[in-house]
Amino acid sequence: MSAAETKEMICISCPIGCRMTVYEENGSIVVKGNKCGRGKVYGEEEYLAPKRMVTCTVATDSEEFPRLPVRTTASIPKETIDELLQELYSMKITLPVKRGSSLIENYHDTGVDIIATMTLPGRA
Amino acid sequence: MQERTYDVAVIGGGAAGMAAAVEVRRQGLSCAIVERENQLGGILMQCIHNGFGVQEFKQELSGPEFAEEFMDLVADANTDVFLSTTVDSIEESEHGKELFCSPGTRPAGVFTAGLAQRLVNVEGYIPGKNVVIVGSGDIGLIMARRMTWVGAKVHGVVEIQPYPAGLTRNIVQCLNDFKIPLYLSHVVSRIDGQNRVEKVTVSPLVNGIPDEEQSFEIPCDTLLLSVGLVPENELSENAGVDISPITSGAVVDSTMMTSIPGIFSCGNVLHVHDLADYAAEEARRTGAYAVAWIQNKKPNRQVRIKAGANVRYVSPGMINPESPDKMYLRTLIVKNNAQLVMKVNNTIVKEKKLSHVQPSEMVSVKLTPKDVENWTLEPDSILEVSVQ
Repeated sequence: MSAAETKEMICISCPIGCRMTVYEENGSIVVKGNKCGRGKVYGEEEYLAPKRMVTCTVATDSEEFPRLPVRTTASIPKETIDELLQELYSMKITLPVKRGSSLIENYHDTGVDIIATMTLPGRA
Repeated sequence: MQERTYDVAVIGGGAAGMAAAVEVRRQGLSCAIVERENQLGGILMQCIHNGFGVQEFKQELSGPEFAEEFMDLVADANTDVFLSTTVDSIEESEHGKELFCSPGTRPAGVFTAGLAQRLVNVEGYIPGKNVVIVGSGDIGLIMARRMTWVGAKVHGVVEIQPYPAGLTRNIVQCLNDFKIPLYLSHVVSRIDGQNRVEKVTVSPLVNGIPDEEQSFEIPCDTLLLSVGLVPENELSENAGVDISPITSGAVVDSTMMTSIPGIFSCGNVLHVHDLADYAAEEARRTGAYAVAWIQNKKPNRQVRIKAGANVRYVSPGMINPESPDKMYLRTLIVKNNAQLVMKVNNTIVKEKKLSHVQPSEMVSVKLTPKDVENWTLEPDSILEVSVQ
């Protein structure tokens, strides 16, 4: 990658959406325009290897609550998202489920878990 | 028919309703939440995407998680909750205000991005394969990504304004990431199809008019409408509450009280908020104001707030100069390095730099006692808030 490349980007770490300029200088990544530390981390990652949070739903065995919403505990490399989605769509969860419980632990050695984001009761 | 009496009744158990109830209980008054769905959480329960809670809980949560955090607070606060109960009307009686409720839910409405969100996220039904989205509101953008992630093809988002209606972060992560085109200053001028949508015609606006020559067609089977949320106020209107034609929500004073004493308004029923966090923050203050009103603590003086140049609205509509509080506003313009200017009797009383403003992003300003100590108030003074 050429050292001179400058990327304009918008931080997505939170809804404020800081407008940032990111470039490489003397072997390190410089982030400008961020209002917090998370912006610096995002800017560096987005410059080198973009990552995203994934939120979706998986099927359950319940007719009353057919979908369980889930998310990644942290953002994962963009190119791995499609594979993760396919894996999640092929799952079927038996209720009850408690919010925060892991469906997949340490997904592909990324240190990221996939967790339930809603508490759903079992059959009454 | 059952009859219950509470100091405060909260209508709606979404983010704002729960936050308001928790604050009322914290201050020791009795409180009940009346919720028409069979669970608390409101719209949060279908907003499975992340981005909630950064302000309130200092962590990034999905909608259902944010809701459950508040449900725990509601339970801890020993708040009475009536689920699957709809408030039909608010009436005045010798005992105070009476809510007339009936059990049951409301029937489904038209096909909007919000309805598609519910179908996909809650009911597990994919409403179409080839999608065009009209309007670039946040729910439309979130649904562009969601539909892509469930295997549909989103062919474009058509926005009549020259700027996006949703948050910038959603343009980045929901459209740009998937190379979904955003047609600004364009309209869907025609929808064709027999039993199902088959194609739409998209036209650029030239001098405010759809240009037929430059129009193009997009084959699709699904059209999602994301043209903004409207506060739901049949109940307040029927109760006789004054409604602002700009926000479509109630007109409230510095204590978030509507034109009818004892009825307060906050959250998305007052004005549409960008974030559930802001709605909860506003609702917590509203709960405290309701408690103060019951305890007969009323402001001595209120100054009307006027939306000045480039400001669409300011909420609330009044400020108590002895106890100034936070206000939210929306601009009419898109601008970098803008300046917020507050004037009383044409004298500047506060200025604030805003690094970037756009109509889709709410601006919050908090006045401190120090800000107001030098105000010279006439009987007819107005606080004018403008952006330049």
